[in-house]
Amino acid sequence: MNSPVAWLQLVLYVAALLLITKPLGLYLVQVLDPQGRTWLDRFVRPFERLTYRVCGIDPAREQGWLGYTVSLLVFSVVGLLLTYVVLRFQDHLPLNPQHFPGLSSHLAFNTAVSFTTNTNWQSYGGETTMSYFSQMVALTLHNFTSAAVGIAVAAALVRGLARQSAKTLGNFWADTVRVTYYLLVPLSLVLALVLVSQGMIQNFHAYTAAKTLESGAVQTIAQGPVASQVAIKMLGTNGGGFFNANAAHPFENPTPLSNFLQMLAIFSIPSALTYYLGRVVKNQRHGWAVWSAMALMFLAGVFVAWRAEAVGNPIHQKAGLAVADGNLEGKEVRFGVFNSALFATITTDASCGAVNAMHDSFTPLGGLVPLFNIQTGEVIFGGVGAGLYGMLIFVVLAVFIAGLMVGRTPEYLGKKIEAYDVKLVMLVLMVLAAALLGSTAWASVSTWGQAGLNNAGPHGFSEILYAYSSSVGNNGSAFAGLTANPADGNPHYNTTLAFAMLVGRFLMIVPILALAGNLASKRLIPASAGTFRTEGATFVVLLIGTVLLVGALTHLPALAIGPVVEHYLMHAGTLF
Amino acid sequence: MSSNVKASLFDRSILLPAIAASFRKLDPRTQLRNPVMFVTLVGALLSFQQLFTSSEPFRYVLQVALWLLFTVVFANFAESVAEGRGKAQAQALRASRRQLVAQRRRKDGSLEAVDATALRKGDLVVVAAGQLIPGDGEVIEGAASVDESAITGESAPVIREAGVDRSAVTGGTAVLSDSLVIRITANPGEGFLDHMISLVEGATRQKTPNEIALTILLSALTFIFLLVILTLRPFGAYSNVAFSITTLIALLVCLIPTTIGGLLSAIGIAGMDRLLQRNVLAMSGRAVEAAGDIDVLLLDKTGTITLGNRQAADFLPGPGVAPARLAEAAQLASLADETPEGRSIVVLAKEKFALRGRELSTPPHTFVPFTAQTRMSGIDFAATATTPARSIRKGAAASVRSWIESLGGTFPPEVTASVDHISRQGGTPLVVAEGREVLGVIFLKDVVKGGIKERFAQLRAMGIRTVMITGDNPLTAAAIAAEAGVDDFLAQATPEMKLARIRAEQAAGHLVAMTGDGTNDAPALAQADVGVAMNTGTQAAKEAGNMVDLDSNPTKLLEIVAIGKQLLITRGALTTFSIANDIAKYFAIIPAMLVGAFPAIAPLNVMHLASPLSAILSAVIFNALVIIALIPLALRGVAYRPIGAEAMLRRNLLIYGLGGILIPFVGIKLIDLLITALHLV
Repeated sequence: MNSPVAWLQLVLYVAALLLITKPLGLYLVQVLDPQGRTWLDRFVRPFERLTYRVCGIDPAREQGWLGYTVSLLVFSVVGLLLTYVVLRFQDHLPLNPQHFPGLSSHLAFNTAVSFTTNTNWQSYGGETTMSYFSQMVALTLHNFTSAAVGIAVAAALVRGLARQSAKTLGNFWADTVRVTYYLLVPLSLVLALVLVSQGMIQNFHAYTAAKTLESGAVQTIAQGPVASQVAIKMLGTNGGGFFNANAAHPFENPTPLSNFLQMLAIFSIPSALTYYLGRVVKNQRHGWAVWSAMALMFLAGVFVAWRAEAVGNPIHQKAGLAVADGNLEGKEVRFGVFNSALFATITTDASCGAVNAMHDSFTPLGGLVPLFNIQTGEVIFGGVGAGLYGMLIFVVLAVFIAGLMVGRTPEYLGKKIEAYDVKLVMLVLMVLAAALLGSTAWASVSTWGQAGLNNAGPHGFSEILYAYSSSVGNNGSAFAGLTANPADGNPHYNTTLAFAMLVGRFLMIVPILALAGNLASKRLIPASAGTFRTEGATFVVLLIGTVLLVGALTHLPALAIGPVVEHYLMHAGTLF
Repeated sequence: MSSNVKASLFDRSILLPAIAASFRKLDPRTQLRNPVMFVTLVGALLSFQQLFTSSEPFRYVLQVALWLLFTVVFANFAESVAEGRGKAQAQALRASRRQLVAQRRRKDGSLEAVDATALRKGDLVVVAAGQLIPGDGEVIEGAASVDESAITGESAPVIREAGVDRSAVTGGTAVLSDSLVIRITANPGEGFLDHMISLVEGATRQKTPNEIALTILLSALTFIFLLVILTLRPFGAYSNVAFSITTLIALLVCLIPTTIGGLLSAIGIAGMDRLLQRNVLAMSGRAVEAAGDIDVLLLDKTGTITLGNRQAADFLPGPGVAPARLAEAAQLASLADETPEGRSIVVLAKEKFALRGRELSTPPHTFVPFTAQTRMSGIDFAATATTPARSIRKGAAASVRSWIESLGGTFPPEVTASVDHISRQGGTPLVVAEGREVLGVIFLKDVVKGGIKERFAQLRAMGIRTVMITGDNPLTAAAIAAEAGVDDFLAQATPEMKLARIRAEQAAGHLVAMTGDGTNDAPALAQADVGVAMNTGTQAAKEAGNMVDLDSNPTKLLEIVAIGKQLLITRGALTTFSIANDIAKYFAIIPAMLVGAFPAIAPLNVMHLASPLSAILSAVIFNALVIIALIPLALRGVAYRPIGAEAMLRRNLLIYGLGGILIPFVGIKLIDLLITALHLV
C-alpha cells in the first residue's frame, strides 16, 4: 500500500467523481422533468416526440404508484420475453458469423432475466455463445432500458419525498424514454468514442485465427462491436462482459486510462443521483450527506481489499513464490494489485458486476469486501437508480430508529415515517434476506449445488454465497470457480439464479414504489429546531452505522463460515 | 401539585404481585401480542425438549433453557411492574370513592339513598356539606366549596357552582359548605379515573401508532434472524459442522431484539404513569405520544404566562401634582381594597414614599366600595376642625373622567397621555382623583411569571413555538408577549378565533396543544392534537380534550410535552441499544459454534471466553439480565433535556448506540468469568 502512484490515482478518482457529480446531477434534474430543458433538445426532441406519438404516450399524464408499477412490470416482462426469443433462435437471425446455435431454454431464461434485471450475470462466455445480433439487440437493449428503469424508480421515490398530498409520481414511459434518449445514449456515444481511441475494438468481423510463436499453434482472436457495448455496460452499471474475461480482456479494457474511465463511468450516474436527490427535495446538504456516507464506505472497502491483496498469501510467501507486490493470482499484471482491488470494490459497491480480475482468486478477506458490498444491498453509490433507492431504504430505517431519539415521531424530509412505511421498508429487507440466505442454503446442501463447485471447503461455500448474493443484489459479477451452466445441462443453477434475480429486482421495486406513493400522499411538516436533521456528520455516521449493522447482522454467520474461516485456515496453512 | 403516590421503583407492594403476574403472563396467548417474546418463549420450550434429545451436557442445556424462559419472565416482570405502579397510583385515587352512599333525587323531588355504583348517567344527586361527591358530574343547582385534595393534593378548597364554567365535580371529592345538586355524567366504571385505570391496567390498552410501527420493525428483524438461524444449519451441514439445536436457539434469542421487545409495553405504560404522577389523566396512549410531536403551544395568558393579578408598578402624577401626594391619595383610596391589585398599591406607596398605612380612626371616614355602576372605589373623609372634607376616588379613566366632569372639573390632557402610554406598555391605568382634581395615574402591570421567559427559550430550542392567547387589546398583548418572550400572540381572542388559529396551524403541518376549561373551549380542545382540559372546567371541555389536568394548572402543558418526548426517546434509545448489542453476541457465539470444527479461528474469540459452552451461556444470561437492568430506565424514561435535536441525537447515539456496541462485550466477559469460576459449565 506504499505506492504513491496508487494513492495519487485514488485521489484523482475521488476528485473526478466529486467534480462530475454536480453538473451531471443538474443535468439529471432536467432530464427527469418532462418539461426540462437540455442543450440536446434540438437534436433529441424530435425523436422523443416521435416515440411518444408512435407508442401513444402522453408524457404529461402522470401516474399513481400503482400505474407506474404496472407500466414498469409490463415493460420489463415484454423486454424479457423478446430477449428470450432472440437468444433461443439466434441461429436464425443475422449477424452470426461464427454460426452459434440457439441457447438452451434455461440459459436463455437465465440470461434474459439477468439483463432485464440489470444484473448481467453471465452463465456463458460471450465470445463462444452469443451472436453479434444477440449481443447488440437482445442484450444491449436491456443495458439501456434496465438502467433507465432503475433511474426512473429512483426519480419516482425522490418525487414521492418532494411532493405533498400528491397522488402521482410521474409518467413511467416518459421517464424511461427521456433517461434513455437524453442521458444514456449520448453519454454512451461519447464514452464509446473515447474508448475506441484507447484501442478498444468496434467491428463485425469474424474471429481472427492467429499463428502464435508457439510452434505453429493457432489462437482464435475474438472480434466484435465491443466499444459500443462496453460504454453502456459501465454507465448503466450493467457489467455484462462482451468477452468472458470481461474488463480483464485487452480488447475490453486496453489501457490504464480506459480502466480509469470505466471505473469512473460506473459511479458517475449513481453519484449524480445523490445531487439530484438534494436538488429535488430542496435540501442539497442532505444529498451531499448521502454522497459522503457512500464515499466513506467506498474508501473503507478499498482500503480493506487493497490491504488484504497487498499483504498477499502467507503460504505463497513461505514457499518463496510471492511477488513483492502482493497477491497477483487471477489479476491482470497490467492492472496490478491496486487497480484490481479498486475495480473489484467499485463494481460491487455499484451493482455493476464487470470485473478486471477474478474475485475468486483474491485473498479471503480481499474477496470478503466485494461479497459484503453486494450483501449490504449495493448502496455504496450502487446501481443506477437502484443504489439511490436502496440507500433511501436505509435512510428511512435509520431515521425511524434514531429519529425517535430526538423525541418526535420520526420524520424524513418533513414526511412522517409511520407503520405502513416501516412495513414496506422491512418487507424489502426481509425479501432480500430470505432470497439470498434461502437459495444459498438450498444450493449448499444439494448435489447440483455442490457439483458446480471448483473448490472445496469454505472457498466453495463462498462461491455459492457469492453467486446468490450477486444475483439477489442484481450485481452480476461472479466469484468465478462456479459452473452455473454445467455441460450435463443441469438447469438448477440457471433457474434458481434467475428467480433470485427476479426477486432481487422486482420484489424490491414494487414495495419501493408503494413507499414512494405513500410518501407522496403525506403532508410536509415544516422543519424546526426539534426536527431530526438528515444532514451533517451525525447523520452520515448514523447512516453508515445502519447500513453496516443491518448487513452485518444478516450476513455475519454466512461470512464467518465462508471467507472468515478460510482466512484463518490460510494463516494456519490450508488453501482451497 | 403534589403527587399522590410516589412509589419507589421497586416497592414491595408492587414487586410481589408483579412477580406472580410475570409467570401468569407466560400464557402463549398473552405472548402472541408480542412476536419477539413469543419467539423467545417457543425457543425456551424447544430447548427444554432438547434436554431429552440432545447429546450436549444436561446442565448446559438446562441452564440455557432456564435463562431463555427467564428472558420471557423478565420481560413480563417489566410490564407487570409498570402496570403495578400505574395501578397503585390509580387505586389511591379510586380508594376515595368506594362504598359511597348517594342521595338520589327522584322525579318527584324526594330523596332516596342508593349505592354510588348504582348511579347512572343523568341521575340527579344532592350532596350536602361534609359528604363526598359520589361520581363525576356537573353542578346544576347551588354553589359550594369543595375539597378536591383527594385527587389534586391541593388543600385549599375550590368553589363549584352551577351555570358557570367551573361547574364540573369529580367523584371522591368532598363538599365542605353548602349543598349541591349534581347531574351525574358518567356511569360507574366509565369515569375519567376508571378510564385511566383501565389504560394502565392494560385491559383496554391499545398499541399507539408509533408502537405499532416499532412492533413491525421488531417483528421483521425477528423474521430476518429466524432466517439467519434456519439457514445456518444447512450452511453448517455443508461445512460438516452439526450445530446443535440448543445453540441455534440460544443464538436466535440473543439476536432478536428481546431487550426492546421485552420493555416496549412497560415504556408505554410508564409514560402514562408519569403523567398520572403529575396529576394528568390521559385518555389514550396515543395522546401521550402526540404530546411529543407538538410544535405549537397555545397558552392562555392569565395564570400561565402572567400571575393572575396585576400589580402597581408606578405612579404617574398629573400636571403640578407632587408624586408623594398622588401616592398618598392612591394609598388611602386602596386601604379598604382587599383585591391583590389594591394591596399592591398600598405596598408600592409604602416602598416608594415610605408612606405607612396610617391610623384612620380620625378623621372620621367612610370607604366607598367598587360597584358595577360607578366602576370606582375610594374613601370619603368628613370635615373636622382642622381638616377639610376629602373625597378620593380611583378607577378606570373613562369613569373618573365622567365623575370629574360631573363635578365641573377638567381632565388634564397630560393625564390622558399617561393613560395611553400605560396602555401601550401592556399595563392597566387607574386614574386617581381628589375632589374635582385629577392627581394622576397608577400604573398596574401584568406580572409575568418568573422564569417563564427562559422556559419559552428552551421550548424554542426544542423547536416548539408558543402562542399567547389573551382577551387584551393588541397593544397590551404585544407588550406582554414581548416581555414574556412568546413567539406570537392572539389578542382579543374569542373561542372561534382559537379554533381558527388551531386549524390554520394544522393546515401548515403543525401539531398543536392547548389548554381550556370553558364550554366554549370545547371545539378548540377537540380540534387540537393535544387538548388538556382543566379539571375545574365544564364537562363539555373535559370530554372534548384528550387529557385532564387534575390540578387545573395550565403551565402543566410544558411538562406534558416533555413526557411525550421522553416516551419516544426511551423507545428509540432502547431499540438502538438492543440492536447494537447483537455485534458482541455474534463475537461471543459464532466463534464458539465454529471453533470445534475449525480450531484455526480461535483468535476470533476476541473476548477470550473460557469455552464454547460458557460463551454461549454467558451471552444468553447477559441477554436476559439486561432486561432486568434496564427496567428502571424504561420506567423512569431516558433523561430529556431541551438541547435541540442535533445535540440530543448525538448524545443518545453515543450512549445507546456506541454504548450498546461496547457494553455487552464487558458484560458477557464478566458473566463468563463468573460462571467459569462457579463451574456452571
